[in-house]
Amino acid sequence: MRVVMTSNYFEILRGGINTTFQDKGRENLYHIGIPFSGVMDNRNFLLANKLVGNHLTAPVIEFAYQGPHLKYTGDQLNFVVTGDVIFKIKKKDYEIDGDCYHSYHIENGDEINIISTNKSVYGYFAIGSEIDLKFQWNSCSINTKANIGSNNGKKLNSGQKIKLLKINSDKTLKKVNYINSKIENIRVIKGTNFDYFSDEGKKIFLEKEFIVSKLSDRMGMRLEGPKIENVVNTNIKSEGLVKGVIQVPADGNPIIMLSDHGTIGGYPKIGVVVSVDYDRLVQLAPGSKVKFQEIELSDAETLFKLYEMETKNLLNQI
Amino acid sequence: MLKNISNLGDAALYCDFGIQVNKATNLEVIKYFNTIREKKIKGINNLTPSYNKLIISFDLRVTNFSEIKNKIENLDTTIEQNKNNKKIELPVCCEENFALDKSRLEKKLNLSYQEILTKFFDKEYFCYMTGFIAGMPFLGDIDENLRTQRLETPRVKVPQGSVGITEQFANIYTFDSPGGWNIIGNTPLKVFDDSKERDPNLINPGDTIVFKKISRQEYESSNDK
Repeated sequence: MRVVMTSNYFEILRGGINTTFQDKGRENLYHIGIPFSGVMDNRNFLLANKLVGNHLTAPVIEFAYQGPHLKYTGDQLNFVVTGDVIFKIKKKDYEIDGDCYHSYHIENGDEINIISTNKSVYGYFAIGSEIDLKFQWNSCSINTKANIGSNNGKKLNSGQKIKLLKINSDKTLKKVNYINSKIENIRVIKGTNFDYFSDEGKKIFLEKEFIVSKLSDRMGMRLEGPKIENVVNTNIKSEGLVKGVIQVPADGNPIIMLSDHGTIGGYPKIGVVVSVDYDRLVQLAPGSKVKFQEIELSDAETLFKLYEMETKNLLNQI
Repeated sequence: MLKNISNLGDAALYCDFGIQVNKATNLEVIKYFNTIREKKIKGINNLTPSYNKLIISFDLRVTNFSEIKNKIENLDTTIEQNKNNKKIELPVCCEENFALDKSRLEKKLNLSYQEILTKFFDKEYFCYMTGFIAGMPFLGDIDENLRTQRLETPRVKVPQGSVGITEQFANIYTFDSPGGWNIIGNTPLKVFDDSKERDPNLINPGDTIVFKKISRQEYESSNDK
């Protein structure tokens, strides 16, 4: 006899460290002070959605370090975890270790425990179903700083429910072979205030190693290392910022703007991380070493095209 | 005038309107901002006007620096724009508990609080830009005798509605946020309202602001409270 479920939902047994709904983010709102937000690691986001048969930019659950522990109630559906993540699937009588980039079926009563990311920061949990979410400016992305987006702009917590709407009818299991790159060289283009820094400071920026600080989140990544000396002015007239801008405040420690960054800032910009390296940058966990390498704009554009082609190839394999 | 266009990374243009920070320069920035918005140029996904700069972000999957630069250089900004700039009266209460930096300002500026408030309220302000946090307006210019630096140690939490001053500018904290501006009072009005998706900002670049001093009683009975 088939049991007819009137509602399908996940109950959150443990929220995790910073678990949020994210999608492609918001556009054309910088001028009112609202950042892009959206997933930090775009490639893993696209792969997650493709692996469960969603449209590519459907909402997913993004987690940092430790993910959520979820219990499912409802009809069978597919889910997948992407990134470099350790997780367990608990069935009625047994428990298995999950593999990233493999979609799984989940049944009524099953649990998914996302234990941790491995030498990386962000992972993605995609569900083969429409999720019941509030959209603001065409995006469900949660910005916990401004309390914008679904879940009243707050991170997900234990005791909450994730309600599902329409479950995808195609429940074919899919997988793809993919290994996240762990190279710690990050390529940059010189910033608009590059010449505010001493020759020694410029050399330090482009030749020395920095360490990712614990004070890093979706807004920004702080780096520690040799100080970068400013010889012109440690402040500029406040002006716009974009993702990837590296500001150096008076203390000489660089800060890289990430997806939830403030839209305006007044510290000199020594460089900007190129688009092709953004997905990799955000995955550098506290304690990781970073070394910057300067490249030309035309090279950055070519490398990005290649990266996009590679992403398309991966998606086509699914 | 737009003096120079360079690239900010590989997915943004950095448009420089000169080193001067004044209304004339900023109006030029706003003119470009409005014109580009109305044009809806393919690939542009964000515009950030500030005092004397305009940053144009674009989707590198759709376009690139030289394409957008070419379009901006050939932009006709002489077309008459729809000017929706408003004049807004903003009530501010400067009584105890709201004027967080009253004694600091009295000392720094060597003026009584009464004198400070008289100079502050006796002026029209111009909105140069909004941002940093959602909807925060940067207004200017404040009276020359009221100009002072940020707090040496910023507050961890400035209450929503706080009106701050620093150097030649005033701002309003649209929600509880860290911040280092000198707080002279608090407005009961909702300056950022995310339930109004089409127009969440009460104040937009180019608008004129007049502050109106109100009592605590008027503050408490305001509709937005």
